[in-house]
Amino acid sequence: MTTKILIAGFGGQGVLFAGKQIAKMGMDAGMKVSWLPSYGPEMRGGTANCSVIVSDEEIGSPIVNTPDILFSFNIQSFDKFEKSIKAGGILFADSSLISKKSTRADIKCVYVPATELASENELTGGANVIMLGKFIKETGLFAKDEFIEHMVSSIPSNKAKLIENNKKAFSIGYNYEEN
Amino acid sequence: MAKVLMKGNEAIAEAAIRSGCRHYFGYPITPQTEIAEYMAKRMPKIGGLCLQAESEIAAINMVLGASSAGVRVMTSSSSPGISLKSEGISYMVGSDLPCLILNVQRGGPGLGGIQPAQSDYYQATKANGHGDLHLIVLAPNSIQEAADCTSLAFDLGDKYRVPVMILADGALGQMMEPVEFSGNEKTELPEKPWATTGTGMKRKKNIINSLYMQPDELESSINERFKRYDVIEKNEVRYESYLAEDADIILVCYGITSRICKTAVGMARKEGIKAGIIRPITLWPYPKEALAKAAETASEFLVVELNKGQMTSDVKLAIECSRPVSFYGRTGGVMPTPEEILEQIRMIGGRIK
Amino acid sequence: MSKTVFDRPHSLSPVPFHYCPGCTHGIVHRLVAEVIDELGIEGRTVGIAPVGCSVFAYNYFECDMIEAPHGRAPAVATGVKRSRPENVVFTYQGDGDLAAIGTAETVHSATRGENITIIFINNAIYGMTGGQMAPTTILGQVTTTTPYGRQAAVQGCPVHVCEMLSTLDGTAYAERVSVDTPKNIIAAKKAIKKAFTNQIEKKGFSIVEVLSTCPTNWGLSPADALEWLRKNMMPVYPLGVYKDVDNVHKEEN
Repeated sequence: MTTKILIAGFGGQGVLFAGKQIAKMGMDAGMKVSWLPSYGPEMRGGTANCSVIVSDEEIGSPIVNTPDILFSFNIQSFDKFEKSIKAGGILFADSSLISKKSTRADIKCVYVPATELASENELTGGANVIMLGKFIKETGLFAKDEFIEHMVSSIPSNKAKLIENNKKAFSIGYNYEEN
Repeated sequence: MAKVLMKGNEAIAEAAIRSGCRHYFGYPITPQTEIAEYMAKRMPKIGGLCLQAESEIAAINMVLGASSAGVRVMTSSSSPGISLKSEGISYMVGSDLPCLILNVQRGGPGLGGIQPAQSDYYQATKANGHGDLHLIVLAPNSIQEAADCTSLAFDLGDKYRVPVMILADGALGQMMEPVEFSGNEKTELPEKPWATTGTGMKRKKNIINSLYMQPDELESSINERFKRYDVIEKNEVRYESYLAEDADIILVCYGITSRICKTAVGMARKEGIKAGIIRPITLWPYPKEALAKAAETASEFLVVELNKGQMTSDVKLAIECSRPVSFYGRTGGVMPTPEEILEQIRMIGGRIK
Repeated sequence: MSKTVFDRPHSLSPVPFHYCPGCTHGIVHRLVAEVIDELGIEGRTVGIAPVGCSVFAYNYFECDMIEAPHGRAPAVATGVKRSRPENVVFTYQGDGDLAAIGTAETVHSATRGENITIIFINNAIYGMTGGQMAPTTILGQVTTTTPYGRQAAVQGCPVHVCEMLSTLDGTAYAERVSVDTPKNIIAAKKAIKKAFTNQIEKKGFSIVEVLSTCPTNWGLSPADALEWLRKNMMPVYPLGVYKDVDNVHKEEN
């Protein structure tokens, strides 16, 4: 099976980081993975997205044009990529920043007010990890505990606070239920 | 060693270090700056040197100096910067100096763009500087292969005393894939008795030079070098053949484009179209024989590149125009989709039925 | 029994120079070779000569030699010295090479405080290509590309290399000398020796600018050329020590 994921938003929202977590987890789970950023001249503030592919077979093109899963963290990326999601795919949208709803009936739409949840819980910048929590819950692509373990293993152990915050953000997303 | 997830740029830098390279000279340019940053972090910790030069021109000349001194050395840049290096590259060829030059290609001409391109194919394979010259040109298509090509590049460079170029592109430089660095670090490097390390008053002086005022002397130095080129063409051709044996349509592509082609070929096969790929890993020496052999059974060839068709002429020459060769490519940093390529395969498939 | 009182320095090769009659390159080559001999460093010295009249310097010195692209010798020297700090590395460059096409390499190797020695031949003209304007050509001087004399408004003003480099923190030593008289030749040798000694003592970037003659392209006899140098070049390019500091990398020690 091959899962093609596109994660898009503004630079600084942790879009690339979120993609790396999925790719790294996939690699450690023995799968083939690729992670390809769409890079721009700006380091912060511009649009950013990355293509992540997790597969049990050799990966051909690392570019995701028609994602199985789209993470959308701003209205620009929603407008640009929502229509490209494969039928049967899933949209994860940050409803704090995207007021629109998808009109597509052939995809599953998951709306999480990730940015608001992050600031309510004093986890500024944690919207990406909140969304990862929800993504793992919805897709079951990887086991929850294993994913958390992998995610925090890349954080230096002297940054205990950061590890805690990431764990907290993940579980907020994982346990979030839409009304 | 376990696999690690790395960007192409970082994997090449790490592979260079593991190949015994302790000297890196460069100048920042997108999309390859991670190499300098990686080297700047690692080199001081292992007794190596990463020096940011005042220009690409200075950087390649520092490489020339370090190579003259007999050490393994590399530089990296992206298209506009490689143009600036071409003077130094020509001098290094003329002085028989090995080194690794990495071109993480971006769009041109001029300042072009910063997105992936393969539009320096001609420059890399035909004219990387003035004079009669070749570089060995390697074009990996995955992060693992980029790392493997790096260590190969140093070995080939030392073996034949030629500069070696890795022709990558912005996508390969920036993308991450798992990579495994095979074996232990290289500690025993080949002897370089020709290097200018000081005579120690024990031998005659060594001279690193590309100047010959007597025409016959210059000619014989070139002839000697071309004899080495003949050996390289005979022994160092590398390519990958994918579903090519029974293919009616052979796609010829390299680097990141070959990955997209692989997906497209898989789609074509599902539709019953017999497509396959011959992917040059060495762009010079070029896998002429493999293509000629494929022309005996295949009906048509399709070249796919991120340029306007620069490799097409090499394919036509390799197969002596015995089969039609068509081209599909995108430029400016636009990447073709597998569907676009599939459409081309279908068109060819339709007419050869 | 005869006693040798004057001989060829060991590090100078026993071959005839290609230089024109009266050219002072020969004197400077000899001074460099004498210094290499006296310091006992021939076996670990690497010389670098780029394009210009001294492009064949690899034939004239017995130490290991590199012929570099035009203007790039300081970058090549950087590569050699950084790879093998135990080597003594010198460049031998002309004015067009060092102060026109290679200005960036000159300035930045100085500003990095590269521990190398530069011998800079200033004869105010392009010799090898046959007498064109150099960056150091003085105002009013006639060359094949300034047939009406160099004019500030058209070709700009001459470059004062020692003055310029002495403003840079990485320059340990900059001195301008001349080889027009025996007295000045002795002073020039002293400066060259200091520039090599500085490198051995890891003091940083050292440059010796040598005012030289080009009788052929100046269109003068060797003797008149020396007189022309004294009368016209020395007022524009005053001899002297422009910088002499103990160690440019002091803060790191």
